Amino acid sequence: MKARVTVTLKTGVLDPQGKAIEGALKSLGVEGITSVRQGKVFDIEVETQDKSRAEAILKQAGEKLLANTVVENFRVEVL
Amino acid sequence: MHAAVILFPGSNREGDVARALRLGGAKVSMAWHADSELPKGTDLAVLPGGFSYGDYLRCGAIAARAPIMDAVRAHAARGGLVLGICNGFQILCESGLLPGILTRNAGLKFLCHMQHLKVGRTDTPFTKLYRRDQVIEVAIAHGEGNYTADAETLKRLEGEDRVAFRYCDAAGDINEAANVNGSLNHIAGIYSEKLNVLGMMPHPENLVEAMMGGTDGLPMFKGLAA
Repeated sequence: MKARVTVTLKTGVLDPQGKAIEGALKSLGVEGITSVRQGKVFDIEVETQDKSRAEAILKQAGEKLLANTVVENFRVEVL
Repeated sequence: MHAAVILFPGSNREGDVARALRLGGAKVSMAWHADSELPKGTDLAVLPGGFSYGDYLRCGAIAARAPIMDAVRAHAARGGLVLGICNGFQILCESGLLPGILTRNAGLKFLCHMQHLKVGRTDTPFTKLYRRDQVIEVAIAHGEGNYTADAETLKRLEGEDRVAFRYCDAAGDINEAANVNGSLNHIAGIYSEKLNVLGMMPHPENLVEAMMGGTDGLPMFKGLAA
């Protein structure tokens, strides 16, 4: 079964990469953007067909490796 | 003093730090990231600089989960000494041996230049040959050295006097301009609670002989071996 883990920076954590992207978008003339925060997306396939089992596995993956919870949050979606 | 320098795929400062350790008087052996034990008789485990696993995911994140890190954790828990420099500091933070995380430099640039640091406490095996508040000049070379931690962690680090080095100017002044990578409280290095684990972004191992342009890093390695 296909799933997705999305890692985002916690509110208040400085994101210089997001700022640089925001600046680049503005200089390209893409208007109406107030701010950009950069994150990461992991598309993961899991063996199980059981949704709650899959969520438990991905939660473990997020906590153990994919996110550093000092500065990041993560969200699990079973697709 | 028997030091074990741990080699991860992508480490590149292991030769430099091994040389500095030998100059200081230590016996040095190399350890491999996939080993489950440190060499017998290891007093000091050293995590060298470099780009372990190509900095994939987050700097140090994958190396921090390598088999040897369980042995390093056990070594530290027994009171054994651990030194992490640059990528080694990032690995120590990712492994939970030190609090916080090193994020992208505030100015986004990879910084590679000589840098002044102010020495913190000197009652540790790492800094006993320095003077408190001494200003030393060593090299920095990193893209992700911006030390970040939550307010509570920062308060604890300061309250327990666990900031080992801070970025400063040549006069020892801790001002905004000297905070090259945007680190909280100008933090360039921190100790663990028991002061036996030190992580730092700058490279003292690259300033240990006059021909390198300075010897301000040598007291660390002499002190460790003394």
